[in-house]
Amino acid sequence: MIKVEGLTKKYAGVTAIDGLDFTVEKGEIVGFLGPNGAGKSTTMRILSCYLPATSGRASVAGFDVASQSREVRARVGYMPENVALYPEMRVQEYLEYRAALKGVRGRRNRQRVNAVKELCSLRDVERKLIGSLSKGYRQRVGLADALLHDPDLLILDEPTIGLDPNQIRQVRQLIKDLGKRHTILLSTHILSEVEMTCSRVLIINKGRIAASDTPEALAGRVRTAGGIRAEIRAGAEDLEKALSAVEGVRKADIEPIADGWHSCLLRTDADHDAREEVARLAAARGWALRELGRDQVNLERVFAEITQSEEI
Amino acid sequence: MNFFTLLNREIRAYFVSPVAWVVLFFFLLLTGFNFYAGVAALNRGPSEVTVVEAFFNTVFFWFGFVLVFPLITMRLFSEEYKMGTIEPLMTAPVRDSQVVLAKYFGALFFFIVLWLPSLLYFAIFTRVTRLEAAGAAGPFLGAYGMLLLIGMFYLAIGCLASALTRNQIVAAIISFTVITLFFFTGLLTFFLLNVTPALREMTAYFSALEHMSEASRGFFDSRPVVFYLSLTIFTLFLTFHVFQSRRWRN
Repeated sequence: MIKVEGLTKKYAGVTAIDGLDFTVEKGEIVGFLGPNGAGKSTTMRILSCYLPATSGRASVAGFDVASQSREVRARVGYMPENVALYPEMRVQEYLEYRAALKGVRGRRNRQRVNAVKELCSLRDVERKLIGSLSKGYRQRVGLADALLHDPDLLILDEPTIGLDPNQIRQVRQLIKDLGKRHTILLSTHILSEVEMTCSRVLIINKGRIAASDTPEALAGRVRTAGGIRAEIRAGAEDLEKALSAVEGVRKADIEPIADGWHSCLLRTDADHDAREEVARLAAARGWALRELGRDQVNLERVFAEITQSEEI
Repeated sequence: MNFFTLLNREIRAYFVSPVAWVVLFFFLLLTGFNFYAGVAALNRGPSEVTVVEAFFNTVFFWFGFVLVFPLITMRLFSEEYKMGTIEPLMTAPVRDSQVVLAKYFGALFFFIVLWLPSLLYFAIFTRVTRLEAAGAAGPFLGAYGMLLLIGMFYLAIGCLASALTRNQIVAAIISFTVITLFFFTGLLTFFLLNVTPALREMTAYFSALEHMSEASRGFFDSRPVVFYLSLTIFTLFLTFHVFQSRRWRN
């Protein structure tokens, strides 16, 4: 469905994306994950024909985004990061207008507008002026707009940004349902969102693809890579020495808490779970152990891990 | 088909914006006053001009005429750039040319609506005074035809200015300056010393004042027709290219 080869985009000397290569097959829900400024939006804007690439090629459904742009646009439903709408139009009127622009006319126009209003829960606000809508509703109008022409490919740039937790859950469920009939490329910087909705994850960092994997594999990698946290009562030096010697531990950070307790953060190799080893060690030495678990995973660490190890 | 969908939105956008109604209101006020002044001048005694000719050749008319174009056109592209609505617009399967033409014809439609009430003035004049406003159909057709021709060109200038920038005020200043230069070229000969007949003839060829004065007397000259139509097409062509260049500019 999407084929990207050596895609590069430079803005006034700054390279936003640098030789991207990836493909997305029909029916996949692919999560595009990366920190701010990694090039997610730029890539999506090129795929939706809003921006031209500096070099490289990209095609959607076999049509080139540069030379067959209208064919591509007719097949892509794109929801930009900042949903911009005409504030003076009513929701109903706007959706009818957008559908007509996308070639959905006559009876089908009415059908599609009704269908997307239902899908995105916009019935209550159909008579309202867009300018008076809350951010959450505007976001949903943007999503509804992307769905109007029943596109083969949906490109959603941070679709859940600015929504409250309830709405986020609704939109995630909606994306999952849509994934049954559409191919979806969605961007986010929320790791759990990708785990819940996507069948594959592309991690992009500094304009390059840093990893491409299933969410499960990625999460597994990240969990162990994240490290181990333990609270042990023992001498700091003993601890440091013994823990550093545990197999697979790359680095041990020991911080005193109180009453002789120490908080230990162990960085381990990606494929190694050292919790068992640590428990045995504590038992053997007669140390008191009151907490042992995986360290909280955060996205920054994932990027650090993945980009450091350069695994693809 | 896309063209009409876009045109429809452009026209609606005019009539839901307060700016359009304010422009319409003050423009009516100004042309109404201008009409009154014309009739008052004719009341002072016998005159060689008709009321139509008087209406289209006063300072009041000139000012209102020149000022109205930046107001009509400044938002066309600038507003879309600024609000970001250009992104959904251009990721829909529309051609750049359709967007440019829809915006242009939307503005032209509003311009025509702006002038329609003035027809009423002459109808009222004829009814009340039982005199003919122009004496013949020629001056009517000439004056309104010339209004349309000049208007088409100046609206194209406004479109171009708006396509250049995301700031409406900047767009208005650019189009106002360029339009003023074009409109008042004819007055140049008043300020220059040693005006040769050749120079006078050349400025007359460019002068909107001259064109209007001729047309409102019922003279038909094909030269201004060619002049304005070709400049309109050329300016719209430029607008199209400026609009396309947005993709490469950043």
